[in-house]
Amino acid sequence: MRQTLYLAARYLAFHRIKTAILITSITLILYLPVGLRVLVAQSSERLTARAMATPLIVGAKGSPLELVLNSLYFGSDVPEKMRYAESIRIADSGLALAIPMYTRFHSQGHPIVGTGFEYFRFRGLQVESGRQIAMLGECVLGSRVAATLGVGPGDSVVSSPENVFDLAGVYPLKMHVVGILAYSDSPDDDAIFVDLKTAWVIEGLGHGHQDLSAPEAASTVLSREGGKVTANASVVQYTEITPQNIDSFHFHGDLSGNPVTAVIAVPPDQKASAILQGRYQGEGEKAQIAHPVTVMDELLDTILTVQSFVVAGAIVVGAATLASAALVFMLSLRLRRREIETLFKIGGSRRAVGTVMVSEIVAVLLAGVILAAGLTFLTSQFGSVVIRALIRM
Amino acid sequence: MIRISDLEFDYGEGDFRLRIPELNAERGSSVAFVGPSGSGKTTLLNLIAGIVTPRRGTIEAGEVDVTSLSDGARRDFRIRNVGLIFQEFELLEYLSVLDNILLPYRINPSMRLDRDVRERARDLAGQVGIADKLSRHPDHLSQGERQRVAVCRAVLPEPSLLLADEPTGNLDPANTERVLDILFDFAGRSRATLLTVTHERDLLPRFERVIDFKKFHASERGAAS
Repeated sequence: MRQTLYLAARYLAFHRIKTAILITSITLILYLPVGLRVLVAQSSERLTARAMATPLIVGAKGSPLELVLNSLYFGSDVPEKMRYAESIRIADSGLALAIPMYTRFHSQGHPIVGTGFEYFRFRGLQVESGRQIAMLGECVLGSRVAATLGVGPGDSVVSSPENVFDLAGVYPLKMHVVGILAYSDSPDDDAIFVDLKTAWVIEGLGHGHQDLSAPEAASTVLSREGGKVTANASVVQYTEITPQNIDSFHFHGDLSGNPVTAVIAVPPDQKASAILQGRYQGEGEKAQIAHPVTVMDELLDTILTVQSFVVAGAIVVGAATLASAALVFMLSLRLRRREIETLFKIGGSRRAVGTVMVSEIVAVLLAGVILAAGLTFLTSQFGSVVIRALIRM
Repeated sequence: MIRISDLEFDYGEGDFRLRIPELNAERGSSVAFVGPSGSGKTTLLNLIAGIVTPRRGTIEAGEVDVTSLSDGARRDFRIRNVGLIFQEFELLEYLSVLDNILLPYRINPSMRLDRDVRERARDLAGQVGIADKLSRHPDHLSQGERQRVAVCRAVLPEPSLLLADEPTGNLDPANTERVLDILFDFAGRSRATLLTVTHERDLLPRFERVIDFKKFHASERGAAS
């Protein structure tokens, strides 16, 4: 048996390209439907779990899916903005705890989430090293962000500028890292958290600049009328908030008019939840309220439908590929007729010659099965990483 | 010794018929089979090797009547007693030279492939001048080298009967001489009977006996002894 297996192995090794193609085909035939199922099962679990932990999300009217994905996973598709006043309105109604979120900006590919302390309590996020945010311009990092960027408390991260040619737009803000969150196996691990006001500073709605009443700023002042000072573009704007310049930071206008992308609403009971949802059913209402579980279920239905089509397609392609592989084996047997005759002539028994041929087929099938199993295992281990990446795209 | 009597063979279809009333070959002798294509030379080698069975008659190799053996027993007889050499060499392209020489041991579970056998294979390769090509594959060898590999494969199990079907048909004169030297040398040393099919009249003086198959062809009858 060992010798016949050796002959089979030599044949497969000599025809390594043909062997590799056959093994790859069989691997894909087996892996595609199984791996897809594992991936979909994992994504269902993850999507549902995060959605189930989030009772209601209020946002500007538009795509509820975009709103939910951005609020739960900080996806790159930013929903329509709404005024911070909506958060105040929910809180004032007493129908729910209101957690405002502003997730528009990024730093080195990681989302910057502007929110309040309630968010950390709501998600059960703990600071593992350092401390919580205490002042404007500070941030705490999700564990994966800290690991990826190699930063910790005492370091700093800079928000990415949205458009370098937009003078009135978003300037990069250097934020001080004061804490690292404990690993939570959630999208929060990939986010940078700042106070809502810091997010507005990044937006350009709050800023700090040199004191225009100081003598060294005289050259930048264009006019003074009563309390109103007009300066030219050479006035020094701060791109970092420090204890020395924090007093110069200020917001123009009413904060309630500033933007948020969503408000997570956490009603104390079903009744409050129903009343709150009812308030957003009016025709003139500019905001929408989304039930994350319902939205994610609809998304999963779509995914499952797509999966069914893909699996059906994979089965058809798999059957065709298997038929082709069988044809390759049969043609190969025809081409090897002389070789088989030689083996018989020099004394090979039917069983021994058959064992060589069958071993080749079994080895190819086995290699395909093992590779498919390996890929499925990798999918089960790292599928969630792929899902996270897909959701954030 | 080979003793054939009253042998009759056909393929069931077509006109081919081989009839050999009597043919004997002493142990250790060298016999050349000559004759036109289709006269049954190769068929006789296959009959003696037990690859095909006759319709009638007997073939005795030493004490064994090959024609009375079962399929499995004929295969055993072939493994233990017969070395086959083909005109087209019939080497396996996916095996190295060494593995081709060892092939009878790899394909026959009843033959034990041990260190001694490997050593003998290397020695044989050295004797025929291919010791430095053991790890190569047949498609990297010349025609002469390939036939030398085929000869090594045939003689490695030390058969008492060497059946060579036009072993030099594809070789140039120099390689022809070399391969025949190897065959005669082995047959002489081990007292093996060498039966060779050939179309090359120039080689016939090297054989002890020459049997012309014209007389066995079709319905013609004759005898050889």
